[in-house]
Amino acid sequence: MLNYALSRLLTFIPTFIGVTLISFSFIRALPGDPIQVMAGERGISDERYAELAKQFGYDRPIYVQFWEYLTGVLQGDLGNSFVTKRPVWDEFFALFPATLELSICAMIFAVALGLPAGVIAAVNRGKFFDRALMSTALVGYSMPIFWWALLLIIVFSGNLQWTPVSGRIDLLYYFPDPTGFMIIDSLASGQKGAFVSALRHLILPTIVLGTIPLAVIARQTRSAMLEVLGEDYIRTARAKGMSPGRINGIHALRNALIPVITVIGLSVGTLLAGAILTETIFSWPGIGKWMVDSIFRRDYPVVQGGLLLIAVMVMIVNLTVDMLYGVINPKIRKR
Amino acid sequence: MTLLHIRNLSVDFATASGQFRAVDGVDQDVNESEILAIVGESGSGKSVSMLAVMGLLPWTATVTADELTFDGQDLLTMEPRARRKIVGKDLAMIFQEPMSSLNPCFTVGWQIREALRVHLGMGRRERQARAIELFEQVGIPDPEKRLSAFPHQMSGGMNQRVMIAMAIACKPKLLIADEPTTALDVTIQAQILDLLASLRDETGMGLVLITHDMGVVAETAERVSVQYAGQKIEEQPVVPLFETPHHPYTSALLDALPERATEKRLPTIPGVVPGQFDRPAGCLFSPRCQFANAKCKAEAPRPSSIELGHARCFYPLNSNERAAS
Repeated sequence: MLNYALSRLLTFIPTFIGVTLISFSFIRALPGDPIQVMAGERGISDERYAELAKQFGYDRPIYVQFWEYLTGVLQGDLGNSFVTKRPVWDEFFALFPATLELSICAMIFAVALGLPAGVIAAVNRGKFFDRALMSTALVGYSMPIFWWALLLIIVFSGNLQWTPVSGRIDLLYYFPDPTGFMIIDSLASGQKGAFVSALRHLILPTIVLGTIPLAVIARQTRSAMLEVLGEDYIRTARAKGMSPGRINGIHALRNALIPVITVIGLSVGTLLAGAILTETIFSWPGIGKWMVDSIFRRDYPVVQGGLLLIAVMVMIVNLTVDMLYGVINPKIRKR
Repeated sequence: MTLLHIRNLSVDFATASGQFRAVDGVDQDVNESEILAIVGESGSGKSVSMLAVMGLLPWTATVTADELTFDGQDLLTMEPRARRKIVGKDLAMIFQEPMSSLNPCFTVGWQIREALRVHLGMGRRERQARAIELFEQVGIPDPEKRLSAFPHQMSGGMNQRVMIAMAIACKPKLLIADEPTTALDVTIQAQILDLLASLRDETGMGLVLITHDMGVVAETAERVSVQYAGQKIEEQPVVPLFETPHHPYTSALLDALPERATEKRLPTIPGVVPGQFDRPAGCLFSPRCQFANAKCKAEAPRPSSIELGHARCFYPLNSNERAAS
């Protein structure tokens, strides 16, 4: 197990360099650069431009810039934001809890609904519930996330006024945030109504962000369950006189979890990508919104560092998923 | 006493191209502490009829019977919940592929203890003790250690022993073994058959052995039922069956045994078991039977008398000798 984990960690190195290279070149491929953005509408003289370019090091060959960036990253230095002048590292981890909170809630929402829905659909294969559920899942999967978000806001925040439109908590409340997780901090603050407010702010973003993973998980669970339910050991369980609930929920589900865990792991990548849109729509102060703002400002270090850290998060999650395979199905551990 | 009592059992499968009758009017009795072998080629419906008894057929199957009772209880009208109290406890079954019949995600010990908990409501310590006892009974060395092994860590033979231990965990009255040795090495086959026979001797349970191997039948069984294309075509105690088979199909099966071959080439039965679309009008065996005439091809024979082994044939073999003796 440990050897396996270490060998997987080694494969991180090429991925890491690749991600660094891609994030480095993408932001530079965009027209415009930070100096022009800083200069704004009025423009800038050529002398002043050259002076600033020299100051930032943009006059040097691109591979030298990349090498300097890479060596900096390996020493844990992601550079400073052009706009705020603060280290990218600090900014990222100040905003990351908000994204993490939203992503965890979205994932819990997706798994808590998707897993049972998939199991029930598989058990009732071909019946009304199965068809209805799978069509809904397909719609959910194909729905443009921003359109879905706006629709929910119009209905639940606009017409019904059940939920707030944006932000993480009502402006009435103010309390220290040691963990960065609003629902934990609001509970810890002991302020009346703070927790409920935080929770109400979470509902719509969670649903929006969790919809695609929910659809994917439900469909994957269903197909994995259908495959497993045809296996010999399911017949054995029935021959032992086990109840359908026990057979579906324990004997079959445990085996069906492997492909489901895989899509859950892959969904984390989708989730972080989806977070960029969702956070922008709901003004959720997380890294998604931060990244979008930085791209518009051509804030090179922030975009590079942010992408890199997000990629590392996704890699860690997928490594964890690989480790989980062995826990769920011991047969995989052998390899 | 009769443990399993089946009269006129039929199983139909709904397929895309219409109904397919896999089991056709089978009568079968199994007595306490008796070893009955059901033999037949692949597709003769031998497994399906026993899966119907267990209630393990997929939803595409329709089971009909005049009578289907186990230990005096009517299985036809029984609620699924009540049936699950019997299945796995008094009525157990083991399967052909021990490797794929055990759940790869759980230890073999967990899979055995589960049955003990659900059916007998044993406590944790009691279950462990009983599981160790069962492993010893089926001849698995080092039981305490093996109980925490996963199926993929053991051999096919060991896994079949685990399956047997699991099946006999609740001391069943009847054990159905569906080709228990087909997937195993020849040396292991003999061990498993010996184990099943000795368990029968110890516990007095009835044993139904489904097989296509006449060698297994000769070694283990006491009574033999021969099935062909979903019908029972002959039934006799094992010794008379081998000495004086009455149905031409039984006779042809016995001729095809390598041990009995006298010529250089092994005799075979030409053709295959009729499927859904080529079911003959008369006797189902008539297209492959060397004795068949026009009557055989036109009319379906009824089972004959018990002296003739209930043979479904107009012209049973060995009938004169039998009558004379």
